[in-house]
Parts: sequence; structure tokens; C-alpha cells
Amino acid sequence: MTEPLLSIRGVKASYGHVAALKGVDLDVSEGEIVTLIGANGAGKSTLMMTVFGKPRAHAGQIIYSGEDITRRPTHLIARMRIAQAPEGRRIFARMSVYENLQMGAAVNPDADFEQNLEHVLGLFPRLAQRLHQRGGTLSGGEQQMLAIARALMGKPRLLLLDEPSLGLAPLIAQQIFDIIHELNARDRLTVFLVEQNAYHALKLAHRGYVMVNGLITMAGSGRDLLERPEVKAAYLEGGRH
Amino acid sequence: MEVFVQQLINGLTLGSIYGLIAIGYTMVFGIIGMVNFAHGDVFMVSTFIALVTLLIVTTWIGISSVVIALFIVLVVAMTLTSLVNWAIERLAYRPLRGSFRLAPLISAIGMSIFLSNFVQVAQGPRNKSVPPLVQGEFILMDGGVYQVTLSYKQLIVWAVTAILLAAFWYVVSRTALGRSQRACEQDQKMAALLGVDVDRTISITFVMGAALAAVAGTMYLMYYGVVNFNDGFVPGVKAFTAAVLGGIGSLPGAVIGGLLIGLIETMWSAYFSIDYKDVAAFAILAVTLIFLPQGILGRPDVEKV
Ligand SMILES: Nc1ncnc2c1ncn2[C@@H]1O[C@H](COP(=O)(O)OP(=O)(O)OP(=O)(O)O)[C@@H](O)[C@H]1O
Ligand SMILES: [Mg+2]
Repeated sequence: MTEPLLSIRGVKASYGHVAALKGVDLDVSEGEIVTLIGANGAGKSTLMMTVFGKPRAHAGQIIYSGEDITRRPTHLIARMRIAQAPEGRRIFARMSVYENLQMGAAVNPDADFEQNLEHVLGLFPRLAQRLHQRGGTLSGGEQQMLAIARALMGKPRLLLLDEPSLGLAPLIAQQIFDIIHELNARDRLTVFLVEQNAYHALKLAHRGYVMVNGLITMAGSGRDLLERPEVKAAYLEGGRH
Repeated sequence: MEVFVQQLINGLTLGSIYGLIAIGYTMVFGIIGMVNFAHGDVFMVSTFIALVTLLIVTTWIGISSVVIALFIVLVVAMTLTSLVNWAIERLAYRPLRGSFRLAPLISAIGMSIFLSNFVQVAQGPRNKSVPPLVQGEFILMDGGVYQVTLSYKQLIVWAVTAILLAAFWYVVSRTALGRSQRACEQDQKMAALLGVDVDRTISITFVMGAALAAVAGTMYLMYYGVVNFNDGFVPGVKAFTAAVLGGIGSLPGAVIGGLLIGLIETMWSAYFSIDYKDVAAFAILAVTLIFLPQGILGRPDVEKV
């Protein structure tokens, strides 16, 4: 087996004295969709941010594309073509949609802006009609689209998505999952996904992990995890989806 | 009527200088949420850099063309003042980032005291003056007793301010650098996730603020012809007032606030008591903070999260 694109080994991280990650092991291989599920406060968002060094891992190692990035400054990690659509969307409210996309493109000066823009607006046509609207005035769903679109503008190799379906109408959420699938299948984009919508996210994923209280407690193929009674009971509400 | 028009002209000139300084306050506040108390003294330092450069250029190198001399002074003052402010940020503020909120503020007050004392020791406590560089004026209105004039000096202040503000506005609103600055101002963490070097962007912000303060300093020297180590404080507070009045964090607000403070000060001097003109500025600061804490163009905090 070849080296995974992202390899997280025994990572611990904390906020002050509160330990949020207590020794996490997780791999994402090139071309995969990997889903991480877990209860509120389990540490999923923390793990995604720790990949970027915010907060920094105080133990363990994070290897990306063969390089140890555990102590690398955040902006340099971002320039290695890892993009994140983080929790809370964090779009720039006082910038236009277009400027937000320009910000996303800035990590990768080699990429062709016009071509990427066309590609991304093709995925999210709603944004195309709102290019000059201020980010802060978009609807929640549109902001979510913008956050993903912005992350895609830098032509990432690895895309981290923290709850991309949060607050979206079911139909739009489904569209987002379809887009993720398409990006992965067609462009071979590697995706690491955190979701509360466990059924859809695991169905979409090649592999999945379950996090409880800062530790990975289960791992397996997406389908495999969906079948497990513990997963069904805790994350699928007895099979309702 | 003549008095009014004359004071309008004088007020806009003074206001241009305040506006240029105010931008430094407002930008730094916008990006790291700190009132840079030393900024007025950075302005004062720039007036001395301009003074020394002017003497070197005119007496030692012997350049006699006023335009060329002023241009050289402006460029040198902008460069050196930027360097000074860059060093201040690196030494006095950056190490304190992430510690308790008041720490950089205290450090800034210390820096302010250091700068004015340093200049006092290095240049002496007395006023330093330069011979008038630019003389001559247009007579705009002649009311017999009272003439309304627009001096060449004033025109230069207006023109230089307008050109540099336009350049500055272009950088902030249209370039990748300006976009990174605005991104850091809104969400530093997210900016870093998008590959922006936040520390470097903050440094550049200090550099830009200092460059504009140096433009103000050069104009101040040319306009008044006299500088003093103490000249950082009062213009600094007035420019800060301008930034608050315009809405701290807002760039056009800083310019509008500067012009307003300049106008209020000159009108006050003309119609009330010149002795109380500084009191007027401070009173405006207090009143603004009480009744209009957002300032004229301050951003309303209604944004979706
Ligand atoms: N900035 C912070 N300061 C202090 N504690 C924090 C901070 N951010 C997160 N935490 C704590 O760390 C733990 C993990 O939080 P995290 O946001 O990673 O959870 P999560 O799995 O993403 O949850 P959710 O599903 O609700 O988004 C929680 O107990 C949370 O309270
Ligand atoms: Mg989360």
C-alpha cells in the first residue's frame, strides 16, 4: 500500500487545560472520501483545525504528502494545497462573493483563475448570480456554497469539509453531497468530511471513522460502519434517515 | 463671509493632515483591534526626518528646485518612518500578541514616551524651524479689508494628500495585498487558512500607516515651518478623534473625520476663542464616544455569522 496523503498519528491537542484530542490516529489516502462522525463536542472540528495548526498538536505527528507539517505555520500548510471549508463557514462578510473567491484562489498562484471560477460557478450557479453581493448578505445555504466554492478556488489536492450540509434544506444538502461525489469521482479530489448527517456522509465515503471524546473508537469502510449496530443506535437514530 | 471661506480653506488643509494621520490609527485598530498610542509620535518623528532630510538636500547637496527637494523629502520621510514603525511593531507589539488585551496598549504608551523623549534628547527641546519653502498665493476674493487667499502651500497639501489617498485607496480596495489586509481585519484565522501570512500583513499595515503619517509630517513641516518634539501628542489626539468620529476601522471615515476636525478647529478659532480650539477637539471626542460610539461611517454590527 502506498503512503496515505494525510496521516495523523497519535495527535493530542487542547484548549488551555481542556484536552480536546487525546491521541487520534487517522489516514486519508489519495483519491478517497473519508468521513468522520461523532457526537457534538467530540473534537471533530478541532481535528480539522489541528491539521492547520490551530490549535497546534502538542503530541503526535501530522504528515501530509510525505512531509511533517505538525509545526508548520498555518499559512504555509494552506499553500500546500490543503483547503478547508471550516465550521461556521467563516466567509468574509464585508467582501463580495467575487472577492471571497479571489481570496480562495490566492493560495495557489499557479492556478488559472478564470478557468477555476468558471468551474466553481458551474458547480454553484446560485453564486454566479450573486458575484457582486456582499458575503454577509447571502442566505445561510448560499454562504455554505460560497465556503466550499472558496476552498475549491485554490485547486486543492485535499479538501477538508466541516459539516457542509449544516443548515441546508434536504434537497440542497443532497446536491452538495452529489457535488462532493462528482469532484472525487471525476477530478480525483481527496475529501475529508465531518458530518452530522451520518447516513449520507457514510454512504458517500470510501472509509469512515467514529470519534468519541477526542478518540477514534471505530473505523471501517463507509458501508461497514453503516451496518454496525453501535453506529446505527448512536448516529443514525435507529435507522431514520 | 470672507472669513468663513478663508477658514474653510484653512480647515480643509489642516483636516487633510489629520486625515492622513487618522488612517494609521484606523487601519491598525481595524486589523489588530489596538489603539496605537504611539502613532502621533510616529508622525512627530516623521516631521523630524523630513526636517533633517530637507536640510541635507538643500544645504549639503544643494538642490535648489523646491519641487524636487520636496519630492525627495517626501520619499525619504515615507521610507524611514515606515521602517521605524515596522521596527516598533516587531519589537513592542508583536511579542505581546496573544497576551492580555491591555498589554500592547501599555507597550504603545511606552513607545510614545520613548519616541518623544528620544527626539527631545537627539534634537533638543526647542522648536526647530525651516525657512519658508513655498511662497505665494492666489487671491480668491477681495472684500476690501479682508482678502480670501489660497496659498500655493495649501494647494500642495491638497494635491499631495489627494494623490496619496487615491493610491492608498487603490491598494486597499483593488489589489491582492489590500484584500489580504481586509481578510485579516475580518477573520485572521480564516485568512491564515487561505494562505495569508497574517504577521506579515500586520507589518505591512503598520508600514502603510506610517507612510501616510510621514506624508502628513512632510506637509506639516512645509506648511508650518516649525516642528517640536512635543508635536506628536496634540495632532495625534486630534487625528485619533478624527478616526473615532469617522467610525474607527473605516478608511473613508478617517478622511471625513479628519476634514471635519480640521474644519471645526479652524471655525472655532475664527468665531470663538483660539485658546480653546484644542478643548473643542477633545470635547468632540468625548461627545462622539458617548452619543455616536460607532462614528459617522462605523460599521453596524449586523452580520450573519
Ligand atoms: N476555542 C475553544 N476554546 C475552548 N474549548 C474549545 C474551543 N473550541 C472547542 N472547544 C472544546 O473542545 C471540544 C471539542 O470541540 P469541537 O468543536 O472540536 O467538537 P465537534 O466534534 O466539532 O462538535 P460539533 O459536532 O458540535 O461541531 C469541546 O468540548 C469544546 O467545548
Ligand atoms: Mg464541529
